[in-house]
Amino acid sequence: MGESQKGDLHLVALTKTFGAFTAVQPMDLTIPQGSFFALLGPSGCGKTTTLRMIAGLEAPSAGSIRIGEQDITATKAHQRNVNTVFQSYALFPHMTVLDNVMFGLKRRGDKDARRKALEALELVQLEGLGGRKPAQLSGGMQQRVALARALVNRPDVLLLDEPLGALDLKLRRQMQIELKRIQQEVGLTFIHVTHDQEEAMTMADTIAVMNQGVVEQIGDPATLYEQPRSTFVANFLGQSNLLRAKVVPGSPREGVALVRSHDADLEVAVDHLPQGASDVWLGVRPEKLRLGESGGPNRLRGTVRDVSFTGVAIQYIVRMPWGRELTVVQQNDGSARATLGEDVTVSWAAEHGFALDASQDADAGAMVEDDV
Amino acid sequence: MNGIMNWIRRHLVAFAALVVLAYLLVPNVIVAVFSFNDPEGKFNYNFNRFSTDGWTNPCGTAGICDAVGLSLRIGLTASLVATILGTMIAFALGRYRFRGRSGTNLLIFMPMATPEVVMGSSLLTLFLMMGLPTGPLAILIAHIMFCISFVVVAVKARVATLDPKLEEAAADLGATPFQTFLRVTLPLSAPGIAAGALLAFSLSFDDYIITNFNASPSSITFPMYVWGASARGVPVQVYVIGTVMFLIALTVVMVGQLISNRRNRQVA
Repeated sequence: MGESQKGDLHLVALTKTFGAFTAVQPMDLTIPQGSFFALLGPSGCGKTTTLRMIAGLEAPSAGSIRIGEQDITATKAHQRNVNTVFQSYALFPHMTVLDNVMFGLKRRGDKDARRKALEALELVQLEGLGGRKPAQLSGGMQQRVALARALVNRPDVLLLDEPLGALDLKLRRQMQIELKRIQQEVGLTFIHVTHDQEEAMTMADTIAVMNQGVVEQIGDPATLYEQPRSTFVANFLGQSNLLRAKVVPGSPREGVALVRSHDADLEVAVDHLPQGASDVWLGVRPEKLRLGESGGPNRLRGTVRDVSFTGVAIQYIVRMPWGRELTVVQQNDGSARATLGEDVTVSWAAEHGFALDASQDADAGAMVEDDV
Repeated sequence: MNGIMNWIRRHLVAFAALVVLAYLLVPNVIVAVFSFNDPEGKFNYNFNRFSTDGWTNPCGTAGICDAVGLSLRIGLTASLVATILGTMIAFALGRYRFRGRSGTNLLIFMPMATPEVVMGSSLLTLFLMMGLPTGPLAILIAHIMFCISFVVVAVKARVATLDPKLEEAAADLGATPFQTFLRVTLPLSAPGIAAGALLAFSLSFDDYIITNFNASPSSITFPMYVWGASARGVPVQVYVIGTVMFLIALTVVMVGQLISNRRNRQVA
């Protein structure tokens, strides 16, 4: 146990204010050594500020940062064994790729700098390009140099600030897999800041979803997706259909609770229901909904308002009698398709729903993705 | 006839460029040519006879090499001090927000905008009031003062293009602030600093008006020497030294061009 905790990163009540604006509310976070951790949130949520405080590029207003037992809050960036892959890469334009990668090692007087740097370049598949200048490389290659330059120092924590933001979609997908491979190979703690929920879910073991300077929820990608604890998380990670419902006392079956939404009795797994709540948002992911009765005991009737075919799937917008529109995504698996204007039944299973406290804004986090 | 007109039309840009180049270079060529003259009288205005006397004996006229030496010493010291101070000012103005920043930004242009005659005479007044005798030190202080402005302008332009993230990256990789400055900031701002230093040197070496106000009879700089000599007849050696200065300047510019070309080729 002691061994695995040596390099854990602890943020204790870490806070950052800029004048009257609080960028990061007091934050407590423990990031286990060797994990791939993502800080996910829309722009301006405080994730980059948090990263910069860990790097030592920004002084916290309050709180502390520890790596294992060592308190590094008061140390400067160059004194920390923490390295960053910057969003803009920040490669030194006047140095060769190899000199860039050796920069950190040389500052520490590493005699073996050259060999280690060449190894790092090999790890990111840039062998033979050490003699070039950064400007002679493509964006994807520069990104790899930035990564090699950071991880060659074997930092306690490696910080990635939206590292794939500047790459095109195809390259981004490729680098996501690549980053995950490298992280598993070197076994360093990676903290990855991103606003791209898909990127976070693809790569991270654990994701902390941030909004307005607060960590809304921490968990592995599947838990965050299946059991979001706030409307913000529900909407920011993928799409959610949220229905206003009241909890009905009593239980129809073992482990299942009943809620009533617009005269329909709907089942939801008890452990997906917040304790003691009476008014809730009942949420279901679009791909958990089925057209027809095959989805489960929960049923609602509505009219198909829109059909869009995306190849692997078909997305329907189904309008409920009270006006709410539900999004249904059906795999293109040969099952019967609905047509525009058709009256359909939408069904789902009890364990596929989740309930959130109704005091929250149902649209929180829904539109943010479009802003960035 | 038509063919000729067409040819001219096609090469108009090249033609115009040649005319402008000739316009710029003819004075220098004349100086170079007349440095090989053996003038008939005191004045070196008519080409009399080819001679290398001036080149084999550049210090042949009394005081000329002392004057060049003084100008070089003042020029080098002034440009060195002005470059150091000007670079620091440029970084302060380019990087930090502080009280009086906009005021400083404006005042830095004052020496460039003030007529030299006014500046020279007011500096003389100031030095006399302070009890500082005219001479090399007074000249040096005056030169540093107006050179700083030009260095600041040259370096600031460069600093503005530097990505502050690069310095953060250096710190992040374990470089102390001093190492960061030495290995990242300084090499990246070097072209601006070099341009500022060269500009400062040529301005100082060339200055006559301000220098003349603050000189003592024993501190004769090269421009003062030439000015003084022109009344009595300019010796060939002045043409020789002028040509040498022109060639040195040309070499520096060409080497600079070569370096930046090579850099750009690597980048492209």
